[in-house]
Amino acid sequence: MDTRKEKFPYGIPGHNLSEIEREIPIEEPPVWPVNDKLKIIGKRVTRIDALDKVTGKAKYTSDVRLPGMLFAKMLRSNLPHAVITSIDISKAESLPGVHAIHLIENVQKEGEENKNGKYPMVKYVGQPLGGIAAESLEIAKDAISLIKVNYEKKPFVIDIESAMEMGAPIVFDEPITQQEDGGDVGEVHDGSKGEGNVRGPSTSSFFGGPRGDLEAGFKEADVIVERTYRTQVHTHMPLETHGVVVDWRPDMMMVYASTQNTNAVRNEMASIFNLPKSKVRVFCDFMGGGFGAKHSAGSFGPMAANLAKKSGRPVWLMLDRQEEHIAEGNRPNSIQYLKIGARKDGTLTGIEQRSHGTAGVALGAGVGRIAQILYPCPNFATEQYDVLTNAGPGAAWRAPGNVQGAFGLEQAIDELAEKLGMDPLSYRDLIDKSEVRKVERQRGAKLFDWSRRQPAGSGKDVVKKGLGVGQSTWPRFVTLDSSVEVKIHNDGGVEIRSSVQDIGTGTKTILAQVVAEELGLKVKDITVNIGDTFFPVGPGSGGSVVTGSITPPTRNAAFEAKKELLKLVAKKWETDVVELFIEDGQVGSNKNAELKMPFKEATKLMRTSQISKIASRSDDYGGFQQPWGLAYGDLGSVQFAEVSVNTDTGFVKVDRVVAAHSCGRPLNIGQLESQINGGVIQGVS
Amino acid sequence: MDDKDQESESKPAKGLSRRSFLRGAGLSTAGSVLLTTNAFALEYKEHRNAGEEFGPDAMTIKMKVNGLVKSLSVEPRTTLASALRDHLELTGTKVVCDRGSCSACTVYLDGKPVNSCMMSAFDVGDKEITTIEGIAKNGELHPVQEAFIEHDASQCGYCTPGMIMSCVHLVDNNTDLNLDDVKDATRGNLCRCGTHPHVFKATLAAAKKTI
Ligand code: FES
Ligand code: FES
Repeated sequence: MDTRKEKFPYGIPGHNLSEIEREIPIEEPPVWPVNDKLKIIGKRVTRIDALDKVTGKAKYTSDVRLPGMLFAKMLRSNLPHAVITSIDISKAESLPGVHAIHLIENVQKEGEENKNGKYPMVKYVGQPLGGIAAESLEIAKDAISLIKVNYEKKPFVIDIESAMEMGAPIVFDEPITQQEDGGDVGEVHDGSKGEGNVRGPSTSSFFGGPRGDLEAGFKEADVIVERTYRTQVHTHMPLETHGVVVDWRPDMMMVYASTQNTNAVRNEMASIFNLPKSKVRVFCDFMGGGFGAKHSAGSFGPMAANLAKKSGRPVWLMLDRQEEHIAEGNRPNSIQYLKIGARKDGTLTGIEQRSHGTAGVALGAGVGRIAQILYPCPNFATEQYDVLTNAGPGAAWRAPGNVQGAFGLEQAIDELAEKLGMDPLSYRDLIDKSEVRKVERQRGAKLFDWSRRQPAGSGKDVVKKGLGVGQSTWPRFVTLDSSVEVKIHNDGGVEIRSSVQDIGTGTKTILAQVVAEELGLKVKDITVNIGDTFFPVGPGSGGSVVTGSITPPTRNAAFEAKKELLKLVAKKWETDVVELFIEDGQVGSNKNAELKMPFKEATKLMRTSQISKIASRSDDYGGFQQPWGLAYGDLGSVQFAEVSVNTDTGFVKVDRVVAAHSCGRPLNIGQLESQINGGVIQGVS
Repeated sequence: MDDKDQESESKPAKGLSRRSFLRGAGLSTAGSVLLTTNAFALEYKEHRNAGEEFGPDAMTIKMKVNGLVKSLSVEPRTTLASALRDHLELTGTKVVCDRGSCSACTVYLDGKPVNSCMMSAFDVGDKEITTIEGIAKNGELHPVQEAFIEHDASQCGYCTPGMIMSCVHLVDNNTDLNLDDVKDATRGNLCRCGTHPHVFKATLAAAKKTI
């Protein structure tokens, strides 16, 4: 492979900005300078789809209305643990307006007796059992209420601590595996280890396993903090619920989905219905939030498809608020035991972590890797257990596991600082080796005015005020299977196509910014058609992968398309293509200032009606930490909070938060602010 | 029952209370509705009298929405939100909680914000409905809409129509508003993406105030 060397801006602007040299493939575009020297990247560009949102024109999946479309409702169990003996649908069937009923049944292998019975065993309240499609949602609801399910009740357990006891009702008496969109348990244990309802532990992650010798570490310690922290279950509650509209046409299954991952939904539906991927089209233009819980087709996707097949009509199946709470994911709770030791001077000598959490009938209730990587400590071990209960499955939620883990760890670090007689912020300066977080602490503390912090117990009023600081980190993930197509049409139009979806973070807008910057055009000149699996496959919107995965190939595709267009201009002007550039919508030449041609005119030189270039994410120039896409990089945040508590009423008010985050090159300052606001507000709500 | 009685039953601020809604349409569970208001506007008005029962089958009613009179066939149990979204395909109005606690479904009933998920379509009568689709006039955005774009007050955008309905009503009816007024006006509007700080900024900017 031919390569060349280039110098890249590197470091933190205003702190240690320098350059780093990298060897890069010859065909890669030239390095972009820092944002100050760019026209569109890093600026406060308004969202390209904001007009549709503020006028009510934006069409979300729940807004899809197709000719002949039926409305569907799911039948769900109202018992937490039971065997279904029979289901009587006769009354529902004869209700006028009902077009299709589908019940979920155990798959029976040919020639084999079905030992498990006709219907799956009920394991939680809200478990999907079937669905009905009817002419209106009201009729579908009426029909559901007419179905009679006969159950044989079984003992159940929904409380995590009761579930851990010997002799508790057993939720699963077999190994289970992690569901597709489950949370994060680090190394995914196979669900077969453990006893009773307790599965696991997972003890390692892609950052490695246990380190050093804990016992020796604690022996060295002058101060030890030993605590158990708890976090509660949260439900995601995107304002648009989970759901799909399925239009199963003879030639293709069209799925409108409120999803964070059109590609994953496409793959699931294709595999469930045994269709080639090319015959399933998943589309998501606008989606009303997901926060981690919308990565799969769930059970509602196949249900809508089955109802569409049976009725021969498009089927709308969006869940209601209650279903969303009980059955479509939650952030698991946690009970975390932490033991941390330090020498008198503050040096950490040992971190021991043991956690239990319940993701209901699913796995994934771990507390992430944050205790493993936030502060260097030679002696470390973690054991993270899943406890199965008769409750709805958990799902990933914005940095799965990490949030719970950060809460516990940072509480313990605060307590350690107190025992050592150190200020919690200076203590972090001492034990945290991250340069990024050091700068974040400095800048954040200044903005927040940390210096006004009083020792605990200083406030004499009923309403007491506390100032606190907490830190986090998150790995830099890249989805290598991220592709995008950039088209230049011969009428001057420019189009971006990918299956990547915009979940409200502003993905459409940053893609337009990248292409506009590269092509010397305005953001409004770019049309963004994404969220459609008929286009090149983009990443799922989870794990903070999207921007870092999809914007590099977007730029590359735009760069390639531009090169091809400029070749045509060079031919016409009889110059060398390397002299040509596009700026402010004009093709120009470095050598001859006289030469000018509007971009639109240049596109008329094309022999075909379009230039189309597809690019995929290349490897990071400096390589990966793990070849599958764990990148190097120091992402992290430091947040400061001012909180008042009424010690009479218990009323807690978050008065102020200062959040310092690192995200690599910021692409759109306005959207970035929005996203951080959102993280903070969701975090305290 | 005439207009005056209707007035006294419905609360002026954030719309009809759940109680007055139930009085109007709650009997639908029994399969019929007792006509307690001027449910049938326009040409239907003459033919309907208070105390008359109707339903449970769909009937054709007329409704004035965004300046246009629309005719639609709905069951007595149909909420205004469903009438707008499912029958008139005005899907800008969102249904999020379907129980009066999130304001995503806010529309104006004769200029006053109401939760359309809490109101029977039959109870609209000859009052005029304004939805998010009717806020921009002749293709010209309301200053609040413009400010929402400018200040990035919308993320996923699902709460945005309801937010805008609340903020437009405030800006149009209060010439001297401050941050607390904006907080008050949007108190019932849930947003899971956390757009609130930008919503506040945008609304104050639209009212020509800055935070
Ligand atoms: S949907 Fe009407 S208030 Fe929530
Ligand atoms: S912008 Fe997503 S809920 Fe408000």
